[in-house]
Order: sequence, then structure tokens, then C-alpha cells
Amino acid sequence: MSSAETQSILLDDPIVEAPHKVYPKKVDGQFRRIKWGIQFATLAIYYFLPFVRWDRGLNAPSQAVLVDFPHRRFYFFFIEIWPQEVYYVTGLLILAALALFLMNAVAGRIWCGYMCPQTVWTDFYLTTERWIEGDARDRVTLDESPWTRDKIRKKVSKHFLWLLIAWWTGGAWVLYFTDAPTVVWKLATFRNGAFDTYLWIGILTFTTYVFAGVMREKLCLHACPWPRIQAALTDEYALNVTYRYDRGEPRMSLKQATAARAANLPSGDCVDCGQCVAVCPTGVDIRKGSQLGCIQCGLCIDACDAIMEKIHRPARLIGYDTEMNVKRRQCGESAIYKPFRVRTVLYVLLILGVAGFMSVTLATRDDMHVSVLHDRNPLAVRLKDGGVRNGYTLRFANKKAEARSFTIAVSGVAGAQLEIVGVTPGNKGKAVIEVGPDQTREARVLLSTHGAGGSKGQAPVTFTTTDAVSGEATQVTDVFIWP
Amino acid sequence: MTTMSDDTFENGQARTGKVRIDPASGVPTTGHEWDGIEELNTPLPRWWVWTFWITIIWGVGYTIVYPAWPTLSGGTQGLFAWSSRTQVASDVADLQTTRGPVLGKIAAAPLDKIESDPELLAAARMVGKVAFATNCASCHGAGGQGAKGYANLNDDDWLWGGKLADIKQTIEHGVRWDADKATRSSAMPAFGRDGILTPEQIAIVADHVRTYAETPDSDAPTPQGEKLYAENCASCHGVEGKGNPEMGAPALYDQVWLYGADKPTIVARIANGGGAVMPAWKGRLDDTTIKALAVYVHSLGGGQ
Ligand code: SF4
Ligand code: SF4
Repeated sequence: MSSAETQSILLDDPIVEAPHKVYPKKVDGQFRRIKWGIQFATLAIYYFLPFVRWDRGLNAPSQAVLVDFPHRRFYFFFIEIWPQEVYYVTGLLILAALALFLMNAVAGRIWCGYMCPQTVWTDFYLTTERWIEGDARDRVTLDESPWTRDKIRKKVSKHFLWLLIAWWTGGAWVLYFTDAPTVVWKLATFRNGAFDTYLWIGILTFTTYVFAGVMREKLCLHACPWPRIQAALTDEYALNVTYRYDRGEPRMSLKQATAARAANLPSGDCVDCGQCVAVCPTGVDIRKGSQLGCIQCGLCIDACDAIMEKIHRPARLIGYDTEMNVKRRQCGESAIYKPFRVRTVLYVLLILGVAGFMSVTLATRDDMHVSVLHDRNPLAVRLKDGGVRNGYTLRFANKKAEARSFTIAVSGVAGAQLEIVGVTPGNKGKAVIEVGPDQTREARVLLSTHGAGGSKGQAPVTFTTTDAVSGEATQVTDVFIWP
Repeated sequence: MTTMSDDTFENGQARTGKVRIDPASGVPTTGHEWDGIEELNTPLPRWWVWTFWITIIWGVGYTIVYPAWPTLSGGTQGLFAWSSRTQVASDVADLQTTRGPVLGKIAAAPLDKIESDPELLAAARMVGKVAFATNCASCHGAGGQGAKGYANLNDDDWLWGGKLADIKQTIEHGVRWDADKATRSSAMPAFGRDGILTPEQIAIVADHVRTYAETPDSDAPTPQGEKLYAENCASCHGVEGKGNPEMGAPALYDQVWLYGADKPTIVARIANGGGAVMPAWKGRLDDTTIKALAVYVHSLGGGQ
């Protein structure tokens, strides 16, 4: 954009714009249909995913996606994450961030326009609003009219429906944290005794209602950090919803344009009908160039395309394009699209790298975990015969869906005897620890040397636990300390 | 300049501008102007004003619902008679219901069965650990490591027996705790203070005792020491210093010394006699907790 145009934008508008309510108009077209599809899919996933069942056998819940806080497990279909593997969640977050960067490098703030929960729910709320109060013009009239019985009826039913959606949204959130059918049944029969269930439903109901119903585009404009970040991440090759001013300007009415064309004077395709502004959910005038408020939803493209069709001009006066292409066309050069750039390739490689690393570790991780903790208080104990005893806590985590038993062997301290509290050694003098399916068990292990003398200081000691059936061995090391 | 009141602020600075509507925002100015910068008189956002009023209403409501206002005879009780005391009582009751099942199992199970059941052992150790930290740790140390005069509970030396039942009885009735009739009791005479042995004899006995313990600096046993030991100490501490858990007489031949193995300490013990005191916990802790404590202590060093 030339500096003269920048100037005119600055002069046109007050620097501080008084807040005004946006009444987005209904629109149909290609991007609206894509948006419907995505909206339908994302909402369906959100509301119904908790009800998908997944059989995991004994001791594990059969809900496909479940965050089980009381038992400290996270279930995602065939994946089961234990607390010590929480870095997988970190990995997912890194992947999400990289995917967002990639999306941004390819097509700007496209996440905002189609998939961001704020957008999806705002759109859902808008649809409800339109259904009850009518399209933009009707809504303006209704808001300006005095309070009549009809207005009250409409407003009350709108807010009631909004609250209902919000309530169901909060409810669905809770379902990800407990067994969904049980909770639904308990809520339906008023037998839910857990206060936190209501609290969370309440919080989510409130935030959904306020964010999607009241704040809407204000959240995108003033509260969301993403537009600020993405402004720094984007470049001149990223596709953005762009008004092709090389084609649109100078704008004039259809009549004037025809006259101008006849007189061989410059004339643009934009007829200044304002439809692109009328349909914009964030109240942006895209003809002023790409700007922070635009969430890349493409609805203005649909609106303008409809106008272009009516006036028999080629479509896509507004389209997904780059600022650079507009300039190139102005200079008579052809448009170029470069999806493969250093930055996009790097993002893709990073995504593949992180995802690959996570899949490999996930596929090869142990279904058994042993950890050891040395007693701190006391570090070592002198025995009657001058020997020394150290106490340890061994923690077994059996991630398999069947019970397993383990024998414990110790090495590193010559002649040390192993004793497990509560477990009597079986035949061959070996103590066997049984761990139930998908469970953890702690064992208190005492290691004693006998007789006076012996070493001083400390020595590394290794506990080897062996699966009694498969023979699979796990080793953990700690130290043996002399007083 | 006209009148002072209109054209100056309270601080005496001159009022330079006039109240007018700012064309850019449509908001009136306050008339304050500094170096050409005018202050807008933007009204407080409506949500803010609402929040302000709601907090006031909430505040008033709160003092009605909860005890708040002092009166001559105490204070207002609030609508639900809530107090931190009733809150604690109900929290404790809640805890009992959640812990109830496993505590019930501990209460019902025989002592030795608790240790062989992994679930009960884990629960008993958990309950016992908390009870230990609250009641026992001040003397026996956070991990039961003991201190001079306070038994180490992690070793294999048990004054009054290290079986589960022995430990439980010690916890219940204490040691030399006169208020409890069933307390563990025995008294080591004050051989020096009561004039039973002369200081020289005490020194000889101390040297002799140290031969049992095989402390590095001890001498060979002497006939005189052997004789004095047999006459005065063997009845309680055993012929070869093996000790007697029945009367809490510590073994003297081993490496574990409650008060220390150096000669001055042993001399002082012989001269002054007596013994450590441990309170009885029966009646102060409930039976289930005592059971859990016994299991916990037993598991520290494996007991006997
Ligand atoms: S300017 Fe167009 S693409 Fe941007 S938010 Fe508005 S309607 Fe959507
Ligand atoms: S919808 Fe198209 S023709 Fe109408 S004002 Fe917007 S850019 Fe111009």
C-alpha cells in the first residue's frame, strides 16, 4: 500500500474508535460452506467424543478420551499416558504451536477464521440469533425499537437458547474428566453429589455465554494474543484475505463505471456496495488493506463474489492473495505463489521431527516402570552385629492390562541381604512382588550387610526386577551408604 | 482570567481549556489541558460500574449470610450458623467417610495379616506415617532414626521386643509411664548414687561391659570385672550381656547403644540408673491408628 493510501486511512478514521456493535449479515458462498462444514465437524467432535467407548480391559476405564485426574492417567484411544510420561502432552503442545505457525505461514490468520473455538461458538451463537431475531437489518431495528411484548419474547428466547448451548458446552467439558454416561445419568436424575461437577459446568457455561454471546469479536480484537504474534510471524508470501485494489480502484457506482469505461477513463470493479463490510463478523473494512481485526474467514469474499456475479464482472475482487501479488500485478507482472519457502519447509520438518520422535518413543516405551527412593532419615543404620542397613522404597508401575509378578535381585554390595517388608521369600529364597493390572505398588526394601568392618562411604547398588513370566528385566540404581 | 474557582485547580494550576466535545472520539473533555494534551472525560465502562455495585451488594449479603458483626453478647451467627469450628468437624467427618472402608479393614484385620496384604500394608503405612510425624517424630526423629536416649526404630535391636504385638503394646502403654498400670516397667538401680558400688567398682564394671561390645578401645575382660558383673548386672542383662526384652534390659554385647558406648557415658548410666520414659498412647490415639502405627514402625526396619 502506498504511503498516500496509508495516510488517507489514518486521516479517515479516528485513532480511538468508539466501540460499536457489529451486526454481521448473512452470506452464502464457497467459504461459508467450508465454514459450515468445519463448524459442524468441530462441534460434533467436541460434544460427542466423550461418549465413544474403547475397551481397555480390567482396571482401566473404557472411555476413548479421558483425563482421569484421581488416578493420574490420560487416555486417548490406544494411548495411555502415565504421570511420568506427561512430556507427551508437552510434545502435543509443541506440535500444536508448530501447526499454528505453519498455517500462519501458508495462509495467515486462517486458524482464527475457521477453527478457533471462539469463532466456532460465536458463529453458532450468531446462527441462533439470526434464527430468532432475523438478519442484520432486523436485528438493528429490533434493538432500536422500544420494549414490546414481541421484543421481550425474542430476547428472552435468544438468551435462553444461548444459555442452553453454553450449559451443554460446560457439561460436555466435564464429560472428558469422568465416565460420560455415568455423569449424564447422575445429572439427569439429580443424583450428582459432586460439587465440582456443578462448579465446572457453571464456569464453562458462564464463559461460553459471555465469550460467544456478549464479547464475540471483541475477544479477537482486544484479548487474544495470537494476532499480535502472528503479525510478527507472517511474511509477504502468506495468503491473506486481500482486496485487490489494483482491480477495484477507483471505486464508483455501476453507472459511473460504465460511463467511465465508455470514455476510456480509469474505473475500478468495486461498486462500493459495502457488502464486504456488512457480512464481516469483526466489523472490518477489508478494502483498507490487511489488518489486525481480520480473522481470515473469507465471508467478505463470498459477499463480494455474489455482487460481481450480479454485475457480470469476474469473481474474486476480494480473495486469498498476497499483498505482493497485488503490487506485482499493478506493475504488469504475473502473480506468484510460493508455498515452499524456508519457513514453511522448516515448520513441516520440525513437525515431522517432533511427531516422529513422539511416535517412536510411544511405540517403544516400557509397559513397566520401576523407580527407587533411598531413605533420607536415616541414611544408614548400624545393626547389632556391626552390619549396616539401608532402606529403600521401590515403586512398580505395571502398565499392562494383566497382573504381573516380579522378582528382585540386588548387586553392588557384597554379601548384602535383601528383605521386603510384608513379603515372605518363596521357594529358592526369592521374594516375588505381584502388581495388579494397570496398577502401581510400593515395596519397602531393606538391604543389610552383616558383621563389623567392611567398607566406608557409599557404593552404587543396582536393583534388577525381572518379570516372572516374560523374563523382561528392568534395572534401577541408587547408592548404599555406610554411616 | 476571571474568577479563581473556575479557572484554577485545587493545586492552583491554571485551567487552560474549555469543556468541549472531542471530534475524534465524540467524548467530552474535562477541560484539563497540559501542553496541548487534553483529558477526555470518558465515562467508566458500564461493566465496571456494574461490577462495582455487585461487589457492594455481595459484600452486604456476605455479612448477612456469614457470621460478621460483633454484638455485645458475641456476634451475629449468619444464616447457616457456619463457623470454622463446624467446618473442621464436617471436614473431619468427610475424611472419615472417604477413609472409612480401608480404616475399617485395618481395624478388623489381625496385626500380622495387615502386613501380608499389599493394600492394607500400603494404607497402614500411610496412616501410620502421618500419625508418626504428629506424635512420635518429636522424640524418635522424622524417620524413626532416634537420638541419644531415644531408640532408633530402624535397626534390629529392640529393647522391649520388635514383634508387631510387642511394638503395639509399647505404643499403647508406654514405658515407665506410671499413669498406665500396664506400662512397660523396670528400673535400673542407681549403683553409684545409692551406694551399692564404689566409684572404683563402677569403673571396673564399665570396662568389663565394654569388652562385650568389642569396642575397638576396650581391654580384655578381668576376673574382677566378671565377678562384679555376675553379682550385680547379669540378673537383668544376661550372663553374656544378651539383654532381656521382658524387662527392657538392653543387650550389652552388640553395636547398638542407646546412650553411647564411651566409658564416661556407661559410668554415668551405672551410677545413676533409671531409664527412658515413653508416654502411653492408648486413649489418646484410637485403636486403628495405634495398629497402623505399629505396622509402620515394624516396617521401618523390618522388626523381628
Ligand atoms: S474482512 Fe473478510 S475475511 Fe476478514 S474477518 Fe471480515 S469477513 Fe472475514
Ligand atoms: S463487496 Fe465487493 S463491490 Fe461491494 S464494496 Fe465490498 S469490495 Fe466493493
